[in-house]
Amino acid sequence: MSWDEVMPLLWPATVDTLYMTGVATLFTAVLGLLFGVLLVITERGGLLPAPPVNRALGVVVNIGRSLPFLILMVAIIPFTRTVVGTSIGNAAAIVPLTVGAIPFYARLVEIALREVDPGVIAAADAMGATRREIVGKVMLREARPGLVSGLTVTVIALIGYTAMAGTVGGGGLGNLAVVYGYERFETKVMVATVALLIVIVLVIQAAGDLVSRRLTHR
Amino acid sequence: MNWFPVIQIEKLRKVYRGRGREVTAVDGVDLTVAEGEVFGVLGRSGAGKSTLLRCVNLLERPDSGRVVVDGRDLLALRGGRLRKARQGIGMIHQHFGLLGSRTVAGNVAFPLEVMGVPRGERARRVAELLDLVGLTDHAKAYPAQISGGQKQRVGIARALAGRPKVLLSDEATSALDPETTASILELLRDLNRRLGLTILLITHEMGVVKSICDSAAVMRDGWITESGPVTGLLARPGSELAHGLFPLPPAEPRPGTTLVEVTFTGGATDEPFVSALARKYSVDVNILGGAVETVGGERVGRLRLELPGDPSMNAAQLAFLREAGLSVELRTPVELRTPEEDVR
Repeated sequence: MSWDEVMPLLWPATVDTLYMTGVATLFTAVLGLLFGVLLVITERGGLLPAPPVNRALGVVVNIGRSLPFLILMVAIIPFTRTVVGTSIGNAAAIVPLTVGAIPFYARLVEIALREVDPGVIAAADAMGATRREIVGKVMLREARPGLVSGLTVTVIALIGYTAMAGTVGGGGLGNLAVVYGYERFETKVMVATVALLIVIVLVIQAAGDLVSRRLTHR
Repeated sequence: MNWFPVIQIEKLRKVYRGRGREVTAVDGVDLTVAEGEVFGVLGRSGAGKSTLLRCVNLLERPDSGRVVVDGRDLLALRGGRLRKARQGIGMIHQHFGLLGSRTVAGNVAFPLEVMGVPRGERARRVAELLDLVGLTDHAKAYPAQISGGQKQRVGIARALAGRPKVLLSDEATSALDPETTASILELLRDLNRRLGLTILLITHEMGVVKSICDSAAVMRDGWITESGPVTGLLARPGSELAHGLFPLPPAEPRPGTTLVEVTFTGGATDEPFVSALARKYSVDVNILGGAVETVGGERVGRLRLELPGDPSMNAAQLAFLREAGLSVELRTPVELRTPEEDVR
């Protein structure tokens, strides 16, 4: 294959990767944040103590984190089918991507929220703030730099997971690399996809760092 | 100062339970803080004073007892009504508790947002509060960009946002250097006078009690061991506060002498009682040590005097000192003292 033949393959694959990553990130950010907040506030001595709920959440998150993505993707095919109506293609890949990334991000959210000075939370409590205000205006806001760094790490992990989307008939750069680069020995395709992935990851990391820094007031 | 009790604490008890261990942090404390006074609770770390303070706005819920602030029984309140009551009780913290993600002005605006004050009025009130604590120029700075003393000023402005009657101070100056401590204490004193703000503070620093407190209590092992107006406490024989404020090295009376420690407050400092004593009884009074301090605007001092002759021979002289309005404490040789006294 000449470079002229490789280029037209790269563009749709890149779009697929960014599409799957983007949609999965959106859902992961919302649900991971929710689970992360719940993990922190339901613990003993938290804002909304509920130790049984906390333990259950912890177990769910740990199970989610311990499954290799490839296995998770295949294992939840019935669930994927109920959610998006198909078990094949990019949309079908987004469901397991999201399911796999939520517990990952939830843990990172938990870590970021634990970094918030308990003294600030106590101060807000002493001012008569509601729990909702304490979560929204104190915990989440104070933890913003950490939440953004955590999301950056999660997005990059998601890009890695999309490489396996081909297993369920999804596209993307990973699939291109496997189908052309590996199975057809097209070295140029392999080199091009790897280079593109590196660039995408570097750009996302730089953007995440920039936003996180902007939110840090030192 | 009228004697309306703004804070009434009765038989307060707080026990921490965990892993089969029980720690009684506050063990039956009674305390009354009058309107307009600065009341200090002095104690070492672990004495339970922080828990006591956190029970006043129910950051900690006591196991038993009563907490009445401005006529409201707080333990009867829950949810929204408790939050409303908390908005009327300001609190400042040792480590300031400021939001690092908000500017100085944003931090002061926070309680106003919580109270539901509309935006325009909020901005006006923030400007007013920043002016009150002298931070107008730093409104746009972030907490990480200002000094510890300035951070505490932000904390004070924030605590006053809801025009509280009561300010709780949790070791507010313990993280500050002595000079900054003095300026923060001065600000608190000033706010106390200008706004009639009642302040309940806890501290482990004797100097804080000395410089701004009208009344004080000494706390140890969850108990209040002594409590009352500061000048009164200092004059009370055996007062821990007096010993702490004027530490005189341990001393033993020499045989054939009488060793007394005299504490004098207010007007008594102006009387030259030592020379009067020496003249009246023709005795040689030996001054072994002493200190004079200004406490709550009044001069208070403590002197250790040695008189010739056994205490039994000095009855008239001791009576003379007592009649001069002084608090007189006779030091007895060790073997006569109870072991408890020895600990001091």
